[in-house]
Amino acid sequence: MDVSQYLEIFIDETKEHLQSLSDQLMILEQEPENMDTINEIFRAAHSLKGMAGTMGYKRMQRLTHDMENVFQEIRSGNMTVKPELVDVLFRGLDALEKYLASILETSDEGTEDNEEIINTLNAIANGETGAKQQDEPAAAQIQNAVEEVSAASEGAKYTGITITDYEKNTFEKAKSQNQNIFGITVYLQETCILKAARAFLVFKALEELGEVIKAVPDVQDIEDEKFELDFSLVYFTKESIEKVKAAIENVSEVKEAVVGPFEASEKIQEMEKKQEAEAAKSEDKSETPKPAATQQTAAKVAEKLSDAKPAAKKAAKPAVGRTVRVDIEKLDVLMNLVSELIIAKNGLVSISSNDSETKNEAGFNEQIEYLESVTTNLHESVMKVRMVPIESVVNRFPRMIRDLSKKLGKKMELHMTGEETELDRTVIDEIGDPLQHLLRNSADHGLESNEERIALGKPEVGNIYLDAYQDGNNVNIEVRDDGAGINVDKVRNKAIEKGTITPEQAENMTDKEIIDLLFRPSFSTAEQITDVSGRGVGLDVVKTKIEGLGGNIECKSVIGEGSSFIIRLPLTLAIIQALMVELGTEKYAIPLGNIQTIEDVLVSDIKHVQTKEVINLRGSVIPLIRLDQILDIEPSNPDAENLTVVIVNKGDKLAGLVVDNLIGQQEIVIKSIGNYINCSKMIGGATILGDGEIALILEVNTLV
Amino acid sequence: MAMENMNDVQNIEVASEGKQYIVVKIGTEQYGIDIKYVDNIVRNQRITRVPKAQHYFKGVINLRGEIIPVMSLRLKFGLEPDEYTNATRIIIIKLEPQSAIGIIVDEVKEVVTLGEESIEKPSATDPTDTMIQYLSGVGKHGDGLISLLNISAVIVGKERELA
Repeated sequence: MDVSQYLEIFIDETKEHLQSLSDQLMILEQEPENMDTINEIFRAAHSLKGMAGTMGYKRMQRLTHDMENVFQEIRSGNMTVKPELVDVLFRGLDALEKYLASILETSDEGTEDNEEIINTLNAIANGETGAKQQDEPAAAQIQNAVEEVSAASEGAKYTGITITDYEKNTFEKAKSQNQNIFGITVYLQETCILKAARAFLVFKALEELGEVIKAVPDVQDIEDEKFELDFSLVYFTKESIEKVKAAIENVSEVKEAVVGPFEASEKIQEMEKKQEAEAAKSEDKSETPKPAATQQTAAKVAEKLSDAKPAAKKAAKPAVGRTVRVDIEKLDVLMNLVSELIIAKNGLVSISSNDSETKNEAGFNEQIEYLESVTTNLHESVMKVRMVPIESVVNRFPRMIRDLSKKLGKKMELHMTGEETELDRTVIDEIGDPLQHLLRNSADHGLESNEERIALGKPEVGNIYLDAYQDGNNVNIEVRDDGAGINVDKVRNKAIEKGTITPEQAENMTDKEIIDLLFRPSFSTAEQITDVSGRGVGLDVVKTKIEGLGGNIECKSVIGEGSSFIIRLPLTLAIIQALMVELGTEKYAIPLGNIQTIEDVLVSDIKHVQTKEVINLRGSVIPLIRLDQILDIEPSNPDAENLTVVIVNKGDKLAGLVVDNLIGQQEIVIKSIGNYINCSKMIGGATILGDGEIALILEVNTLV
Repeated sequence: MAMENMNDVQNIEVASEGKQYIVVKIGTEQYGIDIKYVDNIVRNQRITRVPKAQHYFKGVINLRGEIIPVMSLRLKFGLEPDEYTNATRIIIIKLEPQSAIGIIVDEVKEVVTLGEESIEKPSATDPTDTMIQYLSGVGKHGDGLISLLNISAVIVGKERELA
């Protein structure tokens, strides 16, 4: 079945299920007895298994199947939730996420079997419920593995079928009745649609000639179409191989039937040995996390498998595009606005076809006003569609803090508020890493150790807060901890030592200015982490990223009470306020957020420092950038005595852009100019002006 | 005999299933562009220069609200700069759904269908001729020859340097 059309839905839903699994597991770790949570996890694991199965992702299905088994045991009261179990389950989740990532990239799940996790899961499940059950999954595993290997090597998959004791008896009986025992593998045509129906016809044909003893996958699965294009059978008959083969291939849409004598006895012995060894081991130490024998066989099998099938080639581009899930209400609003737009257009049409001159003027203006209000609303609604709750980024953090807490041996809790705050999709995609960075910083360096906290009279468990809230046209995200805070003196000394600032400068700097030094690149090398009270790991990277998104970051800290980092982000990136300027005959846009002031500068006031032009503006020396030179534009008026200079800033750094003319402030829609043109990053994009003309947007961050 | 006839029939079928190419003129030569990459053909329009771009990029155009970079094939192929006439067209190519690019041609002539048998692989008679990197073959149509462009090589490949 072609399932590629469902891939996007599969990925979306898998993400949701994985997230819910992760959330619920966190709860479960706190409240191991919570039956609702256990049920919830079971349901999520179950749906995940079903979905993976439908999509043909076998490895994913197997892993979720084993996770589901464990929860089945917990649900039925056969075992209890233990910390080790939660750890293994989290590892299982990570493995599933890896599968998903691989599917996202290549639409293939990859070849990692995660045997170790599966074995550990099974060991836990069996260790709890008694050794008796252990040999069953283990045998099943070997069976699976043997099957897969033989599948990879040849067409006669039936050689991989294993036989139970009960079936062994029937074999003997059949032999005594002079029946032939055949193994059969039936391959259906790839175009076959009703696979189950074809399989049914095959079964029916066979039953006329003899008896089907065993089927892999089992009969129920075949009926439910839970198999690829082939299935294998063990079959008793008095007829010849040729006749059986002919009977099967008589069924339409059967590609091929491989029939051969089924060598049962050897196999049975071999399997028995393994099972005994397995059982012996598990009885010895029923709590062993990893049945060694199984693991070894499995490892060997895995080796063979990877030899047999070279890893799938990686496709160059992701299999799935980026999507936004949209609330149906938002779409309804859009739909309404579009119909209003049509009405407005019709209004204009009727006016233009109307002859009476006098009425026209007023009616026309009315319609324009109507049109304007519709387009404004439309704009707002479309922007809303692009907005995604920040939840999709932050909901992985509780898990991260949990892991960090274990790794660092500190007790800590993450408190999040405002997960429903919405941001533009482009911002959401980018904001995850910086936030993660800040949280790690807080956990690792911000919070004191538990002992220190007790000694200081603070509660033992450290607190980290992640608060998101809207503030006017911005969204603020605050990462806060109640740890030691930043030791300003240490930072000051370090900065002097590093040569970042002189001792005299240090004297005059406020605490805030000192803390801002942490965002300088020179403070971000690893060896300084321990020196500077543990702050400043890659904060410059965080700052650059946030500024790249058009936002800014600041840090507040009180010694002994903790520190907080506040990120301020624009609500949306796609539409900005910009100053339109003219250079020669060309028009450019400068984002208003970067502009400090606009100055008239006399040419005679320009000074030269190291052959660079600078101006002295109210005490600060600002380098001048001649845009016409940088952008290869003919200077329109080289002898002008007065220059119009737009003072822009990148962080604390100022620069003056020399322009020919100011056009005015305008709201512009940012459009990409594509990847083909290479323009040294000076152009951040383009926008279309009212008359259809294109104006390029200057990227101030690269110019300064 | 019967077998040979069969083969003939098959050949004809293959020919009728050949690929369609848009034939354009650049300078004195005819080039063919596989029609499956062509999204649109528009008249020459105002091109906004992009500073510091590769010199064969003339700039960007506004095509119904989309910003599309425009490349001069003449400059890329190391020919004389474009002279804009009434026949000048911009062919909008989409290699991938999200990124369109325009190429300037002197004239769009016709659409032809070429079967496998009328296409020859390009043969490098002159090893210094760097033009070959942009071609996927040479098609025969009527009396004329059409150089078939390997469009992804043209768009992504390096500029041709004249020996």
